[in-house]
Amino acid sequence: MKQAPLIYGVMAEFENPEMLCAGAERAHAAGYRRMDAYSPFPIDGLAEVIGFKRTQLPLIVLIGGLLGGIGGFYLQYWISAIDYPMIIGGKPYNSWPAFIPVTFETTILGAALAAVLGMLGLNGLPMPYHPVFNVERFALASRDRFFLCIEAADPKFEIDTTVEFLRSLNPSSIHEVEP
Amino acid sequence: MTEPVTEARTRDPRYEVIGPGHTPGSITDKISEIVLTRKTPKGWWIGFGISFLLMNLLFVAVAHLLMNGIGIWGVNVPVAWGFAIINFVWWIGIGHAGTLISAILLLLRQRWRTSINRFAEAMTLFAVACAGLYPILHLGRPGFAYWLFPYPNTMGVWPQFRSPLVWDVFAVSTYATVSLIFWYIGLIPDLATLRDRARHRFARMAYGMLAMGWRGSAVHWHRYETAYLLLAGLATPLVVSVHSIVSLDFAVSVLPGWHSTIFPPYFVAGAIYAGFAMVLTLAIPLRAAYRLEDLITMHHLDNMAKVMLTTGLFVFYGYIMEAFFAWYSANPNEAYLMTNRATGPYAPMYWLLLICNGLVPQLLWSPRLRASVPLLFVISLVVSLGMWLERYIIVVTSLHRDFLPSSWGMYSGTIWDWATFIGTLGLFLSLLFLFIRVLPMISIFEMRELVHEEREES
Repeated sequence: MKQAPLIYGVMAEFENPEMLCAGAERAHAAGYRRMDAYSPFPIDGLAEVIGFKRTQLPLIVLIGGLLGGIGGFYLQYWISAIDYPMIIGGKPYNSWPAFIPVTFETTILGAALAAVLGMLGLNGLPMPYHPVFNVERFALASRDRFFLCIEAADPKFEIDTTVEFLRSLNPSSIHEVEP
Repeated sequence: MTEPVTEARTRDPRYEVIGPGHTPGSITDKISEIVLTRKTPKGWWIGFGISFLLMNLLFVAVAHLLMNGIGIWGVNVPVAWGFAIINFVWWIGIGHAGTLISAILLLLRQRWRTSINRFAEAMTLFAVACAGLYPILHLGRPGFAYWLFPYPNTMGVWPQFRSPLVWDVFAVSTYATVSLIFWYIGLIPDLATLRDRARHRFARMAYGMLAMGWRGSAVHWHRYETAYLLLAGLATPLVVSVHSIVSLDFAVSVLPGWHSTIFPPYFVAGAIYAGFAMVLTLAIPLRAAYRLEDLITMHHLDNMAKVMLTTGLFVFYGYIMEAFFAWYSANPNEAYLMTNRATGPYAPMYWLLLICNGLVPQLLWSPRLRASVPLLFVISLVVSLGMWLERYIIVVTSLHRDFLPSSWGMYSGTIWDWATFIGTLGLFLSLLFLFIRVLPMISIFEMRELVHEEREES
């Protein structure tokens, strides 16, 4: 049985995105894997630097769109041709061209809901508690400061050497993150 | 004449995408301060107070309607569509500019979108809310509005999917849903900013819950941007489909003036035109009241005026083609409709419409006139009036002279029609005032990104 860790990780604060990217790159090169970078706006390529491969989100959106489209069309087909067949305007029961507008709308709806729920789900949001918020200065991560946190769960994590490593990146401050 | 002006403009700091000297920190402070200040500006109270009174007029009008039925409106055979449909089309058209700015301009990588997309999206939501009221109230028995949706019921009946009116239900409800989630997703990082900066405990908790624990992780941003881009790609065809379907409500019928293949593109262009006019109507007072001239610069106003001019020309082309089709089709009913529009009892409105949508926007060709903010404001109001008149002419002139002269009639809105219309203006403005008080009206994180990119380039 592993003991609950006494610390979530150590966090370095940087003043600009270039230093954060350089720091994250060096941390990855030094062999750290369990880490995350935090920034007030999206930075191109930062996720890849810390070892993120690719997201499944487009596939989820495609599946959502297909389900929405097929479901929408089948709903209309089943209603108009099977459960409640009526001749309207001399058209056949399965008058598919007239079903296209609704099929289009349900496709978009399915895909859009999949995009939002998929993004939130993959990101693990909503998340009411997260240790990084224990660092007081982390409030600036949503203003103009940039943070790199190496987590204690990383096999290479060793509090003294990791702090020493982070110090070599010239951060403006270093904090221990309580779990 | 225009050349020197354009040249001077490229050097003029007022025509930058963003004012000089801004950093990510200063942007954050400036925009979040509008929301987090304890003192509500006096102007806000006055504006909200008037809007709130007008909204109460809507409540009175709707209560009277629910008690007495739609006989209180001016609608009757042959003109059974009146204000309810005119205002529905008008409001939903206004909403379209918000989606256009947030989705299409994102896909086209237009940087000037960033400082106007948030409140344009809010405008979309509130306009759709106003639009959605009308068809429901027009049902006569609004309590049964849910019958429009296909749900298994004890009566054993289903909606009729070959009717554009049913397509409309799906189009508008999908549009409202997608606009709402697109807007909310865009807000999440800014809600996190407000959570981190709010001083009051209640505000911190409220923003914190809405931000869902957003912490700006690089991996989260990556998925976030993917989702945002995909949503923009989905919203773009959606916005075109919505007003196309609205136009099919008319075009699928066999009435002269409605039964026309030009309707879908003509309606979509009209929607963007009216929507940009409304964005200008809102942006001009907002930037003055909150001193946002360095964020919503002349560059934005100039570009919006250009989009308005371009789409206005599409719409004007539509008017010319309507007249051309009436002549070229050699259909006596179509020809009669056109003559009746130009010389019949509604001729003054038709000519006013042509002045508002055809002539006045031509002023925007001149860069000098586009540089005048008060003039832009007046033109945007004229365009909104013109687009309302357009829907009035389309709905009323086609219906009021039926094929048989025995079933001709005249239509005008009653005091309750006007009360409902003005009331929805109050609802729209009330929601907008609440929005600018409690949520950031400019996207903070996208502005930070813009500042960063601008700095990298220079």
